[in-house]
Amino acid sequence: MPTTRRHFLSLAGGVTAAGTMPIVSLRPLQATPAMLTAAIRNVVGEAQLRTGRVKLDIPPLVENGNTVPMTVSVASPMTADDHVKSIHVFNEKNPQPNIGNFYLTPASGRAQVSTRIRLADTQKVVAIARLSDDTFWQIAADVVVTLAACTEEMN
Amino acid sequence: MAALINVPAKARRGDVIEIRALTSHIMETGFRHTVDGKLVPRDIITGFTCRYNGAEIFRADLFPAIAANPYLSFFTVAKESGKFEFEWIGDNGYSSTASASITVE
Repeated sequence: MPTTRRHFLSLAGGVTAAGTMPIVSLRPLQATPAMLTAAIRNVVGEAQLRTGRVKLDIPPLVENGNTVPMTVSVASPMTADDHVKSIHVFNEKNPQPNIGNFYLTPASGRAQVSTRIRLADTQKVVAIARLSDDTFWQIAADVVVTLAACTEEMN
Repeated sequence: MAALINVPAKARRGDVIEIRALTSHIMETGFRHTVDGKLVPRDIITGFTCRYNGAEIFRADLFPAIAANPYLSFFTVAKESGKFEFEWIGDNGYSSTASASITVE
């Protein structure tokens, strides 16, 4: 019998009756804002985070969190003296705060990266760019997710 | 594994061109459970590299939050005719490569 979410939840709710539901969650299945901050600090260190220069294109409302298109672009001439070294993308509420790190060079010509991501919940997505002068710039976007990804049970 | 690479066949010298790369991979997050409560082990692509005539032009670290069949789009300046090489590496010793060539006039 295919297990539906409703069926699974009713099982989980009826643990005392059934007595067969194993306890599986050993760690929180959600990153916390503290984990997001820690992950960002891991990349940025003590440097100041400024807002601006970075653009994050992501739909504000997604039906399916399993594949969400996302584009990050940074206003930069991409010359040897002034270019984007890397772009880092984070989330607030997936089980893990990192999404991806992307490393560019002056040969990139344009500081823009697109990919498709998973979002486990309605949450904030943060993109940070590291420039060649080692300044960090960030932007955040809120995304409403109606069908979550990442932690659903397999059928 | 099957990969889909999109690189313009021809470009003018100095043009900024878009490169798109997609490969088939389950990207199992390691956070899902089977119906009987077992954790499904993580199996993801963790790294991607693109080289243009041997020089690295783009690299990415990927995490479980990247969707299945990871797709990446990025840019480079068309400098000379030659070859783009793509490499994906991941959990359980996963490795795959692809390449594409370009003519620059």
